Amino acid sequence: MTEAAVSPYSARQGAPSFAARALQAVTSRLVVIVPYLWLLVFFLVPFLIVFKISLSQTAIAMPPYTPVLSFEDGISGFISQLSELNFDNYLWLADDPLYFNAYVSSVWIAGVSTFFALLVGYPVAYGMARAPASLRPTLLMLVILPFWTSFLIRVYAWMGILKPEGLLNQLLLNLGIIDTPLLIMNTHTAIFIGIVYSYLPFMILPLYSALEKMDYSLIEAAQDLGCPPISAFWKITFPLSLPGVIAGCMLVFIPAVGEFVIPDLLGGSQTLMIGKTLWNEFFANRDWPVSSAVAVILLLLLIVPIMIFQFSQARAQEQGR
Amino acid sequence: MIKKLSVLSVATAVAAIVAGTSWAQERTVNVYNWSDYIDESVIADFTKETGIKVVYDVFDSNELLETKLLAGGSGYDVVVPTGNFLARQIQAGVFQKLDKSKLPNLSNMWDVVSERTAKYDPGNEYSINYMWGTVGIGYNQKKVQEALGIEAIDSWDVVFNPEKLSKLADCGVYILDSPTDIIPTTFKYLGIDTESTSPEDIAKAEEALLKIRPYVRKFHSSEYINALANGDICLAIGWSGDVFQARDRAAEADQGVVVEYAIPTEGAEMWFDQFAIPADAPHVAEAHEFLNYMMKPEVIAKATNYVYFPNGNKASQEFIDKEIMEDPAIYPDEATMAKLFTVSPYDPKTQRLITRSWTKVVTGQ
Repeated sequence: MTEAAVSPYSARQGAPSFAARALQAVTSRLVVIVPYLWLLVFFLVPFLIVFKISLSQTAIAMPPYTPVLSFEDGISGFISQLSELNFDNYLWLADDPLYFNAYVSSVWIAGVSTFFALLVGYPVAYGMARAPASLRPTLLMLVILPFWTSFLIRVYAWMGILKPEGLLNQLLLNLGIIDTPLLIMNTHTAIFIGIVYSYLPFMILPLYSALEKMDYSLIEAAQDLGCPPISAFWKITFPLSLPGVIAGCMLVFIPAVGEFVIPDLLGGSQTLMIGKTLWNEFFANRDWPVSSAVAVILLLLLIVPIMIFQFSQARAQEQGR
Repeated sequence: MIKKLSVLSVATAVAAIVAGTSWAQERTVNVYNWSDYIDESVIADFTKETGIKVVYDVFDSNELLETKLLAGGSGYDVVVPTGNFLARQIQAGVFQKLDKSKLPNLSNMWDVVSERTAKYDPGNEYSINYMWGTVGIGYNQKKVQEALGIEAIDSWDVVFNPEKLSKLADCGVYILDSPTDIIPTTFKYLGIDTESTSPEDIAKAEEALLKIRPYVRKFHSSEYINALANGDICLAIGWSGDVFQARDRAAEADQGVVVEYAIPTEGAEMWFDQFAIPADAPHVAEAHEFLNYMMKPEVIAKATNYVYFPNGNKASQEFIDKEIMEDPAIYPDEATMAKLFTVSPYDPKTQRLITRSWTKVVTGQ
């Protein structure tokens, strides 16, 4: 800070300015390096390890794959180990339609869940944003409140609600609305309910922050000029909240694609999702290399929506200026 | 405030160091066992008798245990894998040979069990049996009687005959999500050698399972305990001890649900949970002391009286409660015992074939 403030003046004085500028350059670089270092250590290195395992072959050993890279036999040994790596596992994934179907079905389940989360989350966020300012912190608190209970327990609670002899069916039966219990548990519907419920706060929070910032005099202006409320919503509110919509959808969609617990507990056995396929490869087949390959492909698959997200964020920032 | 905090933190640090040194002098053993699988007082008694502190940790699937062991450096001194997992782990070099000179209580073991566990661990060099059990049928007695008109189940036909199973579909059928247990069981019903690894036989089992698939509500390895106990389902292929747990819970809840367990007359798979010591165990001597203690007849009998699983200790049988010893679903009679079978571990290729077949049965893909 002081460096930055001093340097323009010290420049005129000659000699010290060079040192000061150099120092400033170094510190500013350092500040930039920190997040990159973070990414390197906690993202790139683990990714490279997984990627390397995906190129290995399975073996009955500790760890259960070969080759294990090491410098024990010097550089030449290391290079010969490297030459054992290959892309066979990826070819294997392409061979069996199971993996492709699992990816497609995961994306579909995540997509449908995201849509419903948006459908439910938007009105809630809108209501919160239009609520009196004094009420907003309480409402925000209420959205975050479920996080105080373990995620697993909340999913178990849904089992108690949805099962054939559960709360929902008992209520509907007693009210005389249905004659036989609804079979919701162990179906896709139960998975959608579980995902929408669990990830709803991640949808509401970005939507709320986008909607709260909106200037509502724009709506008043539109209405003054004779624009009906519904079309004012679609022409003004929705476009302005679009960054929030995209952020919310990404936050729900990305983790939902790899979701394992909710389909396992609420879904039926027929549900094919990539999380379960990965589990099978890793635990049932003990094939760490193939499961790593599945994970790498999943990552590549998710990079596309993440890039869209980044792009829209960057654009929103530019517009903000 | 800051001063106070720093005094406090110094005190904590000193306390930690003091505690740390006292721990270093205390002998410990790190045990990793299945959840809900021991009478806690057994552990307390061991510490009282030997002065060795037990750090007891639990897991709920063989897969989880295996992943930790294969990754290495688990820090555990005693672990309890099931037979076919143990065999592969021995091959991978996960375990060390037991020092039998430190295990005089080995003489208490039951040859009927150790002959069979030798299939997974030749010569029982690496492991000692803790508990064993069967893969049979747990069912809601009243609901099955209503649907099928039979008092008790005694045959796999109830499960593998689509006509019969279809009558139970509405009240709910669960099957273990464990291909290495269910496919050999299917072989048994079809009259195929239970040890078969041929792709044709696996395809036949797949076909038989696909026929009953429409009537199975879910393939899952633990949910059936609660589901049976609550009366949400009427039949499950499950592990003996789990079904007994469901039976007890149902009896406790007293809601009119009666859970029974059957070992079908065609025969059933037998499984064994084995104590073993990882190769990189930090407390090898203490681990041996623990194993030797667990082979004392009164001790292991206490464990069995608590978990309702039979154990592999012959000398313990006089200390086991009568109701357990005389329950043929727990300790089968000799005729039934002769029909129980074991399954050898699969090579990776067969394992992949079986997992793939299973995925097709379960998901239809």
